[in-house]
Formats: sequence, structure tokens, C-alpha cells
Amino acid sequence: MTSREKILAAVRQNQPAASSLPPMPTSTTFDEQPLERFETILTGIGGRVIHVADLGEVSRYVEVHYPHPLRVITTLPELAGVAETNWTAYTPHGLADVELAIIRAHFGVVENGAVWLTEALLGQGDALVRAVPFIPQHLAVVLNQADLVPTMHHAYARIGHENYNYGVFVAGPSKTADIEQSLVLGAHGPKTMTVFLVSL
Amino acid sequence: MNHPELAEQFNRDEARVDWHDETLWFVRQKRDKAAHSLPEWETLRETASQIKHNVLGNLADYLVQFEQNALANGVQVHWATNAAEHNQLVHQILLDNQVDRMVKSKSMLTEECHLNDYLAQQGIDVIDSDLGERIVQLAGEAPSHIVLPCIHWKKEEIGALFHQHLGTEAGCADPQILTGAARLHLRDTFLTRRLALTGVNFAIAETGEFVVCTNEGNADMGVHLADVHIASMGIEKIIPRREHLGVFLRLLTRSATGQPITTYSSHFRRPRPGQTMHLILVDNGRSVQLGRDDFRNSLKCIRCGACMNTCPVYRRSGGHSYQSAVAGPIGAILAPNLDMTKHADLPFASTLCGSCTNVCPVKIDIHQQLYKWRQVLTQEGQATTAKTVSMQAMNAVLSNRGLYSLAGRVGRQLMRWFPALVSNKLNPWYTHREMPEPPKESFGEWYAKHRKP
Repeated sequence: MTSREKILAAVRQNQPAASSLPPMPTSTTFDEQPLERFETILTGIGGRVIHVADLGEVSRYVEVHYPHPLRVITTLPELAGVAETNWTAYTPHGLADVELAIIRAHFGVVENGAVWLTEALLGQGDALVRAVPFIPQHLAVVLNQADLVPTMHHAYARIGHENYNYGVFVAGPSKTADIEQSLVLGAHGPKTMTVFLVSL
Repeated sequence: MNHPELAEQFNRDEARVDWHDETLWFVRQKRDKAAHSLPEWETLRETASQIKHNVLGNLADYLVQFEQNALANGVQVHWATNAAEHNQLVHQILLDNQVDRMVKSKSMLTEECHLNDYLAQQGIDVIDSDLGERIVQLAGEAPSHIVLPCIHWKKEEIGALFHQHLGTEAGCADPQILTGAARLHLRDTFLTRRLALTGVNFAIAETGEFVVCTNEGNADMGVHLADVHIASMGIEKIIPRREHLGVFLRLLTRSATGQPITTYSSHFRRPRPGQTMHLILVDNGRSVQLGRDDFRNSLKCIRCGACMNTCPVYRRSGGHSYQSAVAGPIGAILAPNLDMTKHADLPFASTLCGSCTNVCPVKIDIHQQLYKWRQVLTQEGQATTAKTVSMQAMNAVLSNRGLYSLAGRVGRQLMRWFPALVSNKLNPWYTHREMPEPPKESFGEWYAKHRKP
């Protein structure tokens, strides 16, 4: 008998009578004032929100805060003036010196300040680099303010049966409180996480 | 040494125990604040518990469904009946890839299997990348808490440890600077390791994907920079559908630390081009626990640690006193399943106050199970001799009316005339308590006196 057969046989013999699945809960707790609450909650977990009217404003922000020679990469062709767009040929190791990465998110979640990314957003075509949200010193995410859902229930309803290879909810900068419960931003991943909320 | 002896040792430094107690209570309070902010909290707990109940009743089918989908996704699936087999599988994958150095993110299962010790014996270098785990690893210790591995360490001690191992300035105890030093050290590790091992928080039967939650980003940093990803999971981590993550991710971190969600909730479905992904499904006693009517609910656990943070015994005895990878109330019902003799002390490490049950996000009846384990262990002859003898004596006295009144009279007289007989070091009850003033007469005597016509 293989280990697989042994385990499955033991489980079949010992598992209790089957019960049905409960209905999925619904929630209206985060329906009101989504923009304000998303910003408050994301700020509360160490992230920040910058309201912009268009991507031109993002470009100007990057120009001022991440001047040459700091390495800035992006997946948005509209930001080519202030960031590299031809970096997808690199291995993930080739991005170890990136100061700021600017990427798009599918949507944000009001109740926890998270944004949902899938592999398809982390590069172009087949040249996709899953390390992009993790390896830079700072992360910026462009999100349309219309793309906010109230809770994780709404988030998974929106994701549905999408056939992604890799997906991740990112909520704020990388953090740890392992030393005497003192919160430190920037454990291994980005030290800051900025969401550009685009109003148009 | 057993739990009471190790707890006594931990309690010798009173100031430190108070600090440990207060730190964990602070985490518990953050949990309360997060839980109370959701009016639907109790519905979420009940739903999570019912989903897990459905999983336990259909586990074999869900495992097969998960395996099929994971294989179709290009993930290599392995099965391990016990810890030794799991460790050998990991070692074989390392050998197949000619790798002798790996990076690991948090996995309580690998602690349970003592993977690090096994791999060290095989000449494999393992670096734990979670900051707390790295700290205890450098110190040659096991984590003392499943979510907060070095909750028992003071920053000054971590500073001294880092000075020795990472070259930080002597006397530096600033969490910001110490974390920065670990960041540099571990970034170098991530960039140079070809194999990364992670745990699994949830595995989805309908899609074959698995979810790993971290705040630091260490699981993703390891995996996305490595050629080989090994994920180790206990067979009870399965949930039926992707939408069920909505329930569990809302509960997990709010219960653990009071955060609304972990910083990263990563959904691994297919390896990236050129990468290989292995998934090891581990039983190691879980199928046995599944067959115990009174204890199978313990398999619903999502490892949030809320029961530890609230437990008056855990907070004052420290995680190491449990001598089990998972400590605290949940550990005390999981461990005896693995080894009844070795862990017979744990179900007694509780006041049965029920606080653990009240905070559990999947509504495990933890304190009831602790009480039931005590009965099982006593019937199996695993209770200590002192406990067995005193229970037998009590049984003899309480089941004989004459003997009961006589013992009461003698006891009261002795306590009055020779208080040192009971108020001394040989009486364990007296160690932490004042003995009561003995009454002049029993209620029975008083009643007999006043009711006489």
C-alpha cells in the first residue's frame, strides 16, 4: 500500500458522517463611505493613499520623490517617462536594486485595505515576474477608485472562478512586530506601500 | 521535566512573567477590538466552524479532488504518513536538485516533524526567514508561540544575540535597527537560495491552489527567487471552495493579532515557468484524531494563536513549558494524540476557565476537550502517582459517610492545633495559596444542633 492509499483509507475509515456546507455569510458593515474607510484602514496598517486625477499626477509625484538615479520600474506604459518599462527581461534577481515599483491592482478591499493582484499584472505578455510586489524597497499601486469592494466576501465573488496562476492580496508595507511587539515597517519586502487612487 | 516543573522554573523571575503575561494580554485586547468591530463576527465563527465540519466529514474526497486539481496545475503532490516520511521526502527533493542550502518560511508542521534537526544531520543548511523564527533559531531554541515565535525574548537579549551573529553594535536594542540588520542578512539569503520551503494556511479542493499568509513577505521572497518551491501541509488544511477563503481570511488575523488581514495572502496555483512546485500532504496522527469523537474538532484549528494569548496558564508559564510544537490550550489537545505518555501533563495545564473556547475563530470546544483528555489519560493510567493516590483516597472518604465526618472532624482539629501540618512546603496547595481558617464545626454538626426539637 502506498502512503497515499494508507492515508486515504485511514481518513475514510475515521471521518465522521458528512454534513452540508453552510450558506455564505453576507456583510453590509463596510458598505458606507468606501473611499474614506479604505484610506483610514490602509493608513492604520502602515500604508498610504494619494488621491490623483490621472496618471500624469502619478508621474509628477514619482519625479519629485524618486529622482534619478534611483531605479524605478513600472508595468504601466503611461509612466514610461519616469520609470523603466523594459525590465521584464530580467530575472527576479535582476530587480534586487529596484527602489520603487509601480503596478496596477484589480481592485481594493475596504474592510482591510488590501489590493488584489494576479500574475498577469506583474509584467507584459509572457514576461511576468512574481517578485515585483516584494523585492523593491517601495511599492506603489495604481487603483481606480471605482474598483473598491466592501469585504472579502465581495472580493471572492468578484474573483469568481478566474484562472490565475498566482494571486496575492497586499495590505500595506511588509511588517513585523517580532521584537517585543514593536511594529517595524519593512521586514523583508517594501518599506512603504502607496496606493494612488485615481478618480477618473 | 513536566509542565508544572517547567512552569515553576519560568515563574522564578516574577517581573519577567508579568511582562510576558501583559504582552500577550495586550495582543488579546487587540483581537477583541477587531472582533467587536464586526457585527457579523459570531456568524463568521459559526460559518467557519460548519465549513470545517463539512471538511472533516468529506476529507478523503476533498483530498482526492485537491490532488487531481493540483496535479493538473503542474504541482507535484507527495503523501507522507508520518514525520519521518515527510522529512525524507524533503531531503530527497533537495538531493534531486543538488541543493544543500534552503530557506524556509513559517511552518508549524515542520516544527512538529523536527525537520530542521533532521536536515542538519543530513548536512543541509536551513535558514528560517520569519524574523521571530530566525531569532530563536540563532539562539538554538524552538518557537514558544505559533504566531509570535520569540514572544519570550527581550529586545536587549535579541540585541546581544544579533551582536554575536549579525555584527550589530554592542548594546543596541532598538527594534528598528535590529530588524534592519535582519533584513540585510535575510535578503542575501533569499537572493542566494535555490530552494524555498513554506507552510500552507489553506488549500482549496476545487482549484488545487494553496494560500500562504505572512506579514513580512518572507514566504514570497523565498519562493519567487527560488527554482524549487516545497509546500508542506497537514491534511486538515483543506477547504472546499475558493469563496470560503472570504470567511477564513476575515477571521484569521483579527483573531491572531487584531490586524484586519495579513500583509500578504498569497494564492499559489501553478509554478512559474522554469520553477518546480512540490506539495507534501502530511498525516502524522491526524487521521487518528479524526477517528476520536471527542477530539476531532481540534482538527478545525487554523493556527491563529488566540487561545494562547487569552490563556491564564499559557501567559504565566510560557510556550516552552508545553514541550510541543503547538503550545497552549490547542496544543494541549493536539499533543496527547501524537504521544499520550510524553504529553500526559498538558491537559492538566489549564484552569478549564473556557476563555480559549470563547475566542476560538472556528469554535473548537477546547476546554471541554481538555477535560475529556484528563478522563482518557486517567483511565489509560497516564495520570501522575500523586494524583492517582489522592483521587483514590478522596474516593474512599467521599463514598463513606462515617469516614467523611470523621475525616472532617480530625482535619479541622489538626488544622487548628497544628497549622504547620498543612501550611508547609510539602503541601503543594499551600505553595501559592493561604490555607483557610478551619471552621469550629461542620455544617452537618451545626444543622444537627439547631434542628433538635
